[in-house]
Amino acid sequence: MINDATFSDPARERRIFAGRLLLSFFVIIVVFIAVTARYFHLQVTRHQDFATHSDNNRVHVRPAPASRGLIYDRNGILLADNRPTYNLTVVIERTNDIDRLIATIESLIDISEDDTKSFKKRLKRRIPYEKTTLKFNLTEQERGILAVNGYLLAGVEVSARLTRFYPEGELFAHVIGYVGRINEQEIQRIDRAKYSGTDSIGKIGLESFYEAQLLGSVGTEQVESNARGRVMRILDNVDPVPGDNLTIHIDSRLQRVAYEAFKGERGALVAIDVNTGGVLAMISAPSYDPNLFVSGISQTQYSALLDSPARPLFDRSIRGQYPPGSTIKPMFGLIGLASNSISMDYAIDDPGYFIMEGIERPWRDHNSKLGGHGKGVRLARAIIESCDVFFYKMSIKTGIDLLSDYSKKFGLGQVTGIDIYGEQPGIMPSRIWKKTARGESWFNGDTINVSIGQGFMLTTPLQLGVMTARIASKGKMVKPQLVKSINGDPVIGIENTESIGIDAEHWAYIHQAMKAVVHSPRGTARRINRSINYTIAGKTGTAQVISIKAEEEYDSSKIDKSQWDHALFVAFAPVENPQIAIGLIVENGEHGSSAAAPIARLVMDAYMKSKAGSHQSTESEVLY
Amino acid sequence: MQSSDFVRRIESPGGERRAGRSMHLDLSLLLILLALCVVGLLVLYSASGQNLFYVKRQALWMIVGFAIMITVAQFPVRFWERWSFLLYTLGLLSLLAVLLVGVGAKGAQRWLDLGFTRVQPSEFMKVAVPMMISSYLAKQYSPPTLRPVLAVFFLIIIPVLVVVRQPDLGTALLIFASGFYVIFLAGLRKRYLLGAALLALAAIPTLWVFVMRDYQKQRILTLLSPEDDKLGAGWNIIQSTTAIGSGGWSGKGWTLGTQSQLNFLPESHTDFIIAVLAEEFGLIGILMLSGLYALLVGRCLLIAMDSQSQFGRLIAGSLSLTFMTYVFVNMSMVSGMLPVVGVPLPLISYGGTAIVTLFLGFGILMAISTEPKRIRTDL
Repeated sequence: MINDATFSDPARERRIFAGRLLLSFFVIIVVFIAVTARYFHLQVTRHQDFATHSDNNRVHVRPAPASRGLIYDRNGILLADNRPTYNLTVVIERTNDIDRLIATIESLIDISEDDTKSFKKRLKRRIPYEKTTLKFNLTEQERGILAVNGYLLAGVEVSARLTRFYPEGELFAHVIGYVGRINEQEIQRIDRAKYSGTDSIGKIGLESFYEAQLLGSVGTEQVESNARGRVMRILDNVDPVPGDNLTIHIDSRLQRVAYEAFKGERGALVAIDVNTGGVLAMISAPSYDPNLFVSGISQTQYSALLDSPARPLFDRSIRGQYPPGSTIKPMFGLIGLASNSISMDYAIDDPGYFIMEGIERPWRDHNSKLGGHGKGVRLARAIIESCDVFFYKMSIKTGIDLLSDYSKKFGLGQVTGIDIYGEQPGIMPSRIWKKTARGESWFNGDTINVSIGQGFMLTTPLQLGVMTARIASKGKMVKPQLVKSINGDPVIGIENTESIGIDAEHWAYIHQAMKAVVHSPRGTARRINRSINYTIAGKTGTAQVISIKAEEEYDSSKIDKSQWDHALFVAFAPVENPQIAIGLIVENGEHGSSAAAPIARLVMDAYMKSKAGSHQSTESEVLY
Repeated sequence: MQSSDFVRRIESPGGERRAGRSMHLDLSLLLILLALCVVGLLVLYSASGQNLFYVKRQALWMIVGFAIMITVAQFPVRFWERWSFLLYTLGLLSLLAVLLVGVGAKGAQRWLDLGFTRVQPSEFMKVAVPMMISSYLAKQYSPPTLRPVLAVFFLIIIPVLVVVRQPDLGTALLIFASGFYVIFLAGLRKRYLLGAALLALAAIPTLWVFVMRDYQKQRILTLLSPEDDKLGAGWNIIQSTTAIGSGGWSGKGWTLGTQSQLNFLPESHTDFIIAVLAEEFGLIGILMLSGLYALLVGRCLLIAMDSQSQFGRLIAGSLSLTFMTYVFVNMSMVSGMLPVVGVPLPLISYGGTAIVTLFLGFGILMAISTEPKRIRTDL
């Protein structure tokens, strides 16, 4: 080493060094240019892209949920409310081991397998740093437990939100319906921006029909958040607009009276304000608690409802299609009179059966003992005593075409257009209908069956209510309507200026006949006139569930109750100045007179009492 | 020329043309360093989320650094040449100590805990290795023959391998570079250069398979396509390029960079601090910082050229080039041109050991710059 040093040549060393340093200097310049070019590229050429990306990083638009519109009954009683509920949510980015976390939570509060399963499903759809719900509707106790053990639960949060609540429970389930969590199909059809603040949507009933009004418009909060998702400040916000409040025509007291009147029987009732078409009560019994559906019903609960033989989920009032039985006799009588097929003096002899030429099988008169209603039965008596043979004969004289056409004016055979979805049209048979539906020609026998509301004919309880209201109003074509006002602005239905053109004397005649059904000693519904201080016009009906051969007697003791006849009743009151019209059915209730009519009486009583009460209060106000 | 030199030497003993030479201070170098330190503290204040804690600590380290630099400058260059071997040995021993009793973070073991502070011996080797090799090669024939080349290779590769084991690939590469620059400046023959280049190329697959850890491979893969792993390893590059790019020409303003202030930018006060500067001061800020660095390196290269001894030349040249390498590697990695290797931005990034080591180097440069001019007999 020391020897080497003696060879060192300072000048040469310096020269070599200078050369190498110069080379390095050039390399430095080249690299310097390259690095500067890179920064120029990022900061000038691509500045716009990065500026946008930077803003996307920090600025998030957060939805501010709008509270859903409330629903009130006509007296201001709250039927659909929003209540704060507390959900257990997890932000997965802030947790270490999610399975262990769930195990920890399970050791503290009750977490069902359903909860974990749907939680994992929701996890797949979430966006980073979003709260995912593990359990809905925490009890106060559970919230306490979670708060105390918060230190164990990194990433877990109890978040409050407004959830739909139906204080009246099953009473309004079929009318108001319920909201539920938005499902896959609904995601496809909704405007997701409008639903960014909520995970609920109206599923059925008014909640579904008035979804657009109830939803409200979601607000936005433009927030600046840091990389951990924490909101640092609010840059801009647009306040949410709450959904519109609905007031419905239904009187919840009347609704309760009607519902309870069914005493556990299956059936439906629709009460309509004769003058406005406003629905005063609408019942489908049995019912269910709509609150179960709001934050996701469990599979077991749902199966129980679905498999129940009483079919509580089925809305009989608008979807149930039943043969109307004798309840349509007043209407057919009117049609006969209006079309001049019969007159008020037209009378028949009823031997208890009817034989049509060329057909061996006689048509029985279901409502008379052996020997029939006797001689000289006119329309009024045929209605009061519900004489079938009169209508057999009358219908042949009138013909199916007139019966069918006129019936449509009373609302049969088509949807009434009430403001909820799912209404069934029923069937008002005609020649064309039979040709299309059955591919067969119309026979007079078909007309005879239709004349007593049997055969092909099907109606919903709502249609019966509408028919009765149109009879009560003497031809005013009222249309049923549930919602009375939106945010206090009255909803005016289609102007019902159109009238069924029938002579006033015919209306009066039928009104009197129907009044006699209740108030005369021979009327089929006479049992409901006891100690009554107002007048009811009505008509009973019985609808066959199974067909009974002519020679056989219907004997309820010999057959299963599920095959008993349905009991029907239509009525309006008071006769002098009709206010309320009712159509109702009690499934397998056997006789309209015994099973159905008393329910109508209870509802009418309640209605008349509330009317009287309100009159009194008005008078007392005037006094002071 | 010779006579004028001679005359000046006679007229002004010590040969100073500038004030401060008697204190062994290179004023222009000192001023540039001060300017860089001020810039560093300003950016650090913003990068740390306006946290004075970091700024105070960094300022303290800078004061310590200046003290060390001035102290080192007081010793003659020959002193450092003579004691290089000892420094190198001490450095190597402390590196081995790190392997045995070191402390670490994030899976790497890099620090020695001295009780009052933690030091990173690998940083220190960035100065000790070129000093050792400079002092060795100064005694050798220039350009070096095969034997000294091999000796130098071992002097470099031993600390490098130890540091790789920590593992700290970035520092290891810089230590390697600092040693390599010495032998390059000493006139390493082209055939050796070529051979080394070929050897390096051949070593890449070996490194990939046997030496590099998964996370290191991941960093390289991430560089190639950061979008593949947006929330993982790619996050750093995406966020840093976003910070740089969104700065534009003039930046968003001091302490107003959203990427750094809202914590989107990782390691914003250490390795990625230049992204903060780029975001808040824009391209203009980058060019001004680069200008300061260019002045600094220019001054250092001049000192190297003017050095009286071969040791002085080699160590000054190597330290300048290493410094520049720091700057370029850091700026390239943050802007997504190089894989993320842990190389801080000199004098700006937060970190005590790095500051002290840098000033140690500048102290030696000052000692060289202010050493008395001998009569130049070689011209």
